[in-house]
Amino acid sequence: MDAARIIVQQEDFDIEAEVARMTDGQPDVGAVVTFTGVCRHEHGKLAALELEHFAGMAESEIRRIAEEAARRWPLTGVTVIHRYGRMRPGDRIVLVVTASEHRHAAFEAAGFLMDYLKSRAPFWKKEHLRDGSVGAWVVARAEDELAAERWQDNGGSTAMRR
Amino acid sequence: MKLLYFAWVRERIGKPEEEIELPTAVKTVGDLLGFLQERGEEYAHALAEPKAIRAAVDRVHARSDTPLTGAREVALFPPMTGG
Repeated sequence: MDAARIIVQQEDFDIEAEVARMTDGQPDVGAVVTFTGVCRHEHGKLAALELEHFAGMAESEIRRIAEEAARRWPLTGVTVIHRYGRMRPGDRIVLVVTASEHRHAAFEAAGFLMDYLKSRAPFWKKEHLRDGSVGAWVVARAEDELAAERWQDNGGSTAMRR
Repeated sequence: MKLLYFAWVRERIGKPEEEIELPTAVKTVGDLLGFLQERGEEYAHALAEPKAIRAAVDRVHARSDTPLTGAREVALFPPMTGG
Protein backbone atom coordinates (compact mmCIF):
# COMPACT_ATOMS: atom_id res chain seq x y z
CA MET A 1 0.00 0.00 0.00
CA ASP A 2 1.16 3.55 -0.70
CA ALA A 3 1.30 5.94 2.23
CA ALA A 4 -2.08 6.59 3.81
CA ARG A 5 -3.73 9.86 2.78
CA ILE A 6 -4.29 11.77 6.04
CA ILE A 7 -5.79 15.26 6.01
CA VAL A 8 -6.82 17.49 8.91
CA GLN A 9 -8.65 20.54 7.60
CA GLN A 10 -11.42 23.04 8.21
CA GLU A 11 -13.06 22.61 4.80
CA ASP A 12 -15.59 19.98 3.77
CA PHE A 13 -14.49 17.01 1.64
CA ASP A 14 -15.60 15.42 -1.65
CA ILE A 15 -16.50 11.77 -1.04
CA GLU A 16 -16.82 10.87 -4.76
CA ALA A 17 -13.36 12.25 -5.49
CA GLU A 18 -11.86 10.35 -2.55
CA VAL A 19 -13.43 7.07 -3.70
CA ALA A 20 -12.18 7.68 -7.26
CA ARG A 21 -8.62 8.10 -5.92
CA MET A 22 -8.83 4.56 -4.53
CA THR A 23 -9.88 2.96 -7.83
CA ASP A 24 -8.49 5.03 -10.71
CA GLY A 25 -5.72 3.09 -12.42
CA GLN A 26 -5.84 0.35 -9.76
CA PRO A 27 -7.59 -2.65 -11.33
CA ASP A 28 -6.71 -4.91 -8.37
CA VAL A 29 -9.15 -3.03 -6.09
CA GLY A 30 -12.39 -4.93 -5.56
CA ALA A 31 -13.87 -3.16 -2.55
CA VAL A 32 -14.06 0.42 -1.29
CA VAL A 33 -15.74 1.19 2.05
CA THR A 34 -16.50 4.74 3.15
CA PHE A 35 -17.62 5.93 6.57
CA THR A 36 -18.86 9.49 7.04
CA GLY A 37 -19.36 10.95 10.52
CA VAL A 38 -22.01 13.71 10.59
CA CYS A 39 -22.92 16.38 13.16
CA ARG A 40 -26.27 15.49 14.80
CA HIS A 41 -28.74 18.07 16.12
CA GLU A 42 -29.19 16.08 19.39
CA HIS A 43 -33.01 16.14 19.33
CA GLY A 44 -33.13 19.76 18.25
CA LYS A 45 -31.08 21.27 21.07
CA LEU A 46 -27.80 21.71 19.21
CA ALA A 47 -26.96 24.76 17.05
CA ALA A 48 -23.35 23.79 16.36
CA LEU A 49 -20.43 21.68 17.46
CA GLU A 50 -17.03 23.26 17.82
CA LEU A 51 -14.15 20.88 17.19
CA GLU A 52 -10.88 21.78 18.86
CA HIS A 53 -7.78 19.81 17.88
CA PHE A 54 -4.09 19.49 18.72
CA ALA A 55 -2.68 20.53 15.37
CA GLY A 56 0.80 19.23 16.03
CA MET A 57 -0.39 15.75 16.91
CA ALA A 58 -3.68 15.07 15.10
CA GLU A 59 -2.18 14.13 11.76
CA SER A 60 0.67 12.04 13.17
CA GLU A 61 -1.66 10.14 15.50
CA ILE A 62 -4.17 9.41 12.72
CA ARG A 63 -1.28 8.26 10.54
CA ARG A 64 -0.11 5.91 13.28
CA ILE A 65 -3.62 4.40 13.45
CA ALA A 66 -3.82 4.10 9.63
CA GLU A 67 -0.44 2.37 9.49
CA GLU A 68 -1.58 -0.10 12.13
CA ALA A 69 -4.70 -0.84 10.01
CA ALA A 70 -2.47 -1.44 6.98
CA ARG A 71 -0.37 -3.90 9.01
CA ARG A 72 -3.45 -5.85 10.09
CA TRP A 73 -5.37 -6.03 6.80
CA PRO A 74 -4.28 -6.37 3.15
CA LEU A 75 -5.38 -2.87 2.11
CA THR A 76 -4.66 -1.15 -1.18
CA GLY A 77 -5.42 2.29 0.24
CA VAL A 78 -6.48 4.25 3.34
CA THR A 79 -7.77 7.83 3.46
CA VAL A 80 -8.81 9.70 6.59
CA ILE A 81 -10.04 13.30 6.47
CA HIS A 82 -10.92 14.87 9.82
CA ARG A 83 -12.32 18.38 10.01
CA TYR A 84 -12.02 20.92 12.82
CA GLY A 85 -13.79 24.21 13.54
CA ARG A 86 -17.51 24.91 13.76
CA MET A 87 -19.94 22.26 12.44
CA ARG A 88 -23.67 22.68 12.09
CA PRO A 89 -26.12 19.77 12.22
CA GLY A 90 -25.87 17.92 8.92
CA ASP A 91 -22.25 18.93 8.33
CA ARG A 92 -19.79 16.14 7.72
CA ILE A 93 -17.03 15.83 10.32
CA VAL A 94 -14.91 12.84 9.37
CA LEU A 95 -14.36 10.59 6.36
CA VAL A 96 -12.68 7.19 6.38
CA VAL A 97 -12.09 5.37 3.08
CA THR A 98 -10.53 1.93 2.94
CA ALA A 99 -9.87 -0.13 -0.19
CA SER A 100 -8.83 -3.73 -0.70
CA GLU A 101 -9.05 -6.62 -3.11
CA HIS A 102 -11.92 -8.20 -1.16
CA ARG A 103 -14.61 -6.64 1.03
CA HIS A 104 -13.85 -8.07 4.49
CA ALA A 105 -10.52 -6.29 4.86
CA ALA A 106 -12.05 -2.95 3.81
CA PHE A 107 -15.07 -3.27 6.14
CA GLU A 108 -13.04 -4.35 9.15
CA ALA A 109 -10.29 -1.80 8.65
CA ALA A 110 -12.85 1.04 8.41
CA GLY A 111 -14.43 -0.07 11.71
CA PHE A 112 -11.03 -0.35 13.37
CA LEU A 113 -10.01 3.12 12.17
CA MET A 114 -13.19 4.77 13.48
CA ASP A 115 -12.97 3.00 16.85
CA TYR A 116 -9.42 4.23 17.32
CA LEU A 117 -10.06 7.75 15.99
CA LYS A 118 -12.80 8.18 18.60
CA SER A 119 -10.55 7.58 21.57
CA ARG A 120 -7.02 8.40 20.35
CA ALA A 121 -7.15 11.21 17.80
CA PRO A 122 -6.66 14.51 19.69
CA PHE A 123 -9.99 16.23 18.96
CA TRP A 124 -12.55 17.60 21.44
CA LYS A 125 -16.14 18.65 20.77
CA LYS A 126 -17.94 21.51 22.48
CA GLU A 127 -21.68 22.03 22.12
CA HIS A 128 -23.28 25.35 21.20
CA LEU A 129 -26.99 25.25 22.00
CA ARG A 130 -29.90 26.67 20.03
CA ASP A 131 -30.89 28.99 22.88
CA GLY A 132 -27.60 30.81 22.26
CA SER A 133 -25.77 29.44 25.29
CA VAL A 134 -22.53 27.53 25.18
CA GLY A 135 -23.13 24.00 26.34
CA ALA A 136 -20.74 21.47 27.74
CA TRP A 137 -17.74 19.70 26.32
CA VAL A 138 -18.89 16.38 24.92
CA VAL A 139 -17.97 13.66 27.41
CA ALA A 140 -16.00 10.69 26.11
CA ARG A 141 -18.12 7.56 26.15
CA ALA A 142 -16.79 4.46 27.88
CA GLU A 143 -18.23 2.43 24.98
CA ASP A 144 -15.85 4.18 22.57
CA GLU A 145 -12.86 3.24 24.69
CA LEU A 146 -14.12 -0.36 24.90
CA ALA A 147 -14.76 -0.43 21.15
CA ALA A 148 -11.10 0.37 20.57
CA GLU A 149 -9.95 -2.14 23.18
CA ARG A 150 -11.85 -5.02 21.62
CA TRP A 151 -9.50 -4.90 18.62
CA GLN A 152 -6.62 -5.73 20.93
CA ASP A 153 -8.03 -9.17 21.61
CA ASN A 154 -8.46 -10.33 18.04
CA GLY A 155 -5.52 -8.78 16.29
CA GLY A 156 -2.68 -9.99 18.43
CA SER A 157 -0.88 -6.69 18.04
CA THR A 158 0.08 -4.70 21.10
CA ALA A 159 1.30 -1.72 19.11
CA MET A 160 -1.73 0.41 19.96
CA ARG A 161 -1.84 -0.39 23.65
CA ARG A 162 -1.51 2.54 26.02
CA MET B 1 9.52 22.69 29.30
CA LYS B 2 6.60 23.69 27.11
CA LEU B 3 3.15 22.76 28.37
CA LEU B 4 0.06 22.73 26.14
CA TYR B 5 -3.54 22.55 27.37
CA PHE B 6 -6.66 21.64 25.40
CA ALA B 7 -10.47 21.74 25.77
CA TRP B 8 -11.70 22.14 29.37
CA VAL B 9 -8.18 21.74 30.77
CA ARG B 10 -7.23 24.85 28.75
CA GLU B 11 -10.36 26.73 29.85
CA ARG B 12 -9.89 25.94 33.54
CA ILE B 13 -6.18 26.79 33.60
CA GLY B 14 -6.95 29.89 31.57
CA LYS B 15 -4.25 29.65 28.91
CA PRO B 16 -3.43 27.44 25.94
CA GLU B 17 0.28 27.03 26.68
CA GLU B 18 3.19 28.13 28.86
CA GLU B 19 6.88 27.53 29.53
CA ILE B 20 7.68 26.09 32.94
CA GLU B 21 10.92 25.33 34.73
CA LEU B 22 10.46 21.92 36.35
CA PRO B 23 12.15 20.89 39.60
CA THR B 24 14.38 17.84 39.18
CA ALA B 25 12.04 15.81 41.41
CA VAL B 26 9.42 15.90 38.63
CA LYS B 27 10.36 12.79 36.66
CA THR B 28 7.10 11.44 35.18
CA VAL B 29 3.78 12.66 33.79
CA GLY B 30 2.18 11.76 37.13
CA ASP B 31 4.77 13.85 39.00
CA LEU B 32 4.04 16.76 36.66
CA LEU B 33 0.30 16.63 37.43
CA GLY B 34 1.06 16.67 41.16
CA PHE B 35 3.46 19.59 40.74
CA LEU B 36 0.99 21.62 38.68
CA GLN B 37 -1.85 21.05 41.16
CA GLU B 38 0.18 23.04 43.69
CA ARG B 39 0.61 26.02 41.37
CA GLY B 40 -2.74 27.61 42.11
CA GLU B 41 -6.47 27.28 42.31
CA GLU B 42 -7.03 27.14 38.56
CA TYR B 43 -4.54 24.27 38.20
CA ALA B 44 -6.01 22.42 41.17
CA HIS B 45 -9.48 22.80 39.60
CA ALA B 46 -8.35 21.68 36.14
CA LEU B 47 -6.38 18.69 37.40
CA ALA B 48 -8.56 17.71 40.37
CA GLU B 49 -9.23 14.29 38.87
CA PRO B 50 -5.93 13.00 37.50
CA LYS B 51 -7.72 9.94 36.08
CA ALA B 52 -9.73 12.23 33.77
CA ILE B 53 -6.55 13.78 32.35
CA ARG B 54 -4.78 12.41 29.29
CA ALA B 55 -1.25 13.39 28.35
CA ALA B 56 1.00 13.38 25.31
CA VAL B 57 4.77 13.69 25.61
CA ASP B 58 6.33 15.17 22.47
CA ARG B 59 3.05 14.45 20.65
CA VAL B 60 2.82 10.76 21.53
CA HIS B 61 0.19 9.42 23.97
CA ALA B 62 1.68 8.87 27.41
CA ARG B 63 0.73 7.32 30.73
CA SER B 64 1.14 8.62 34.23
CA ASP B 65 4.39 6.63 34.65
CA THR B 66 5.87 7.86 31.32
CA PRO B 67 9.24 9.50 32.07
CA LEU B 68 9.83 13.13 31.10
CA THR B 69 13.55 12.62 30.50
CA GLY B 70 14.56 14.58 27.41
CA ALA B 71 10.97 15.67 26.70
CA ARG B 72 10.50 19.12 25.20
CA GLU B 73 6.72 19.38 25.29
CA VAL B 74 3.88 17.88 27.33
CA ALA B 75 0.22 18.29 26.37
CA LEU B 76 -2.57 17.78 28.93
CA PHE B 77 -6.18 17.29 27.88
CA PRO B 78 -9.46 15.50 28.65
CA PRO B 79 -10.35 12.13 27.07
CA MET B 80 -10.68 12.68 23.32
CA THR B 81 -14.01 12.94 21.50
CA GLY B 82 -13.06 12.93 17.83
CA GLY B 83 -14.58 11.00 14.98
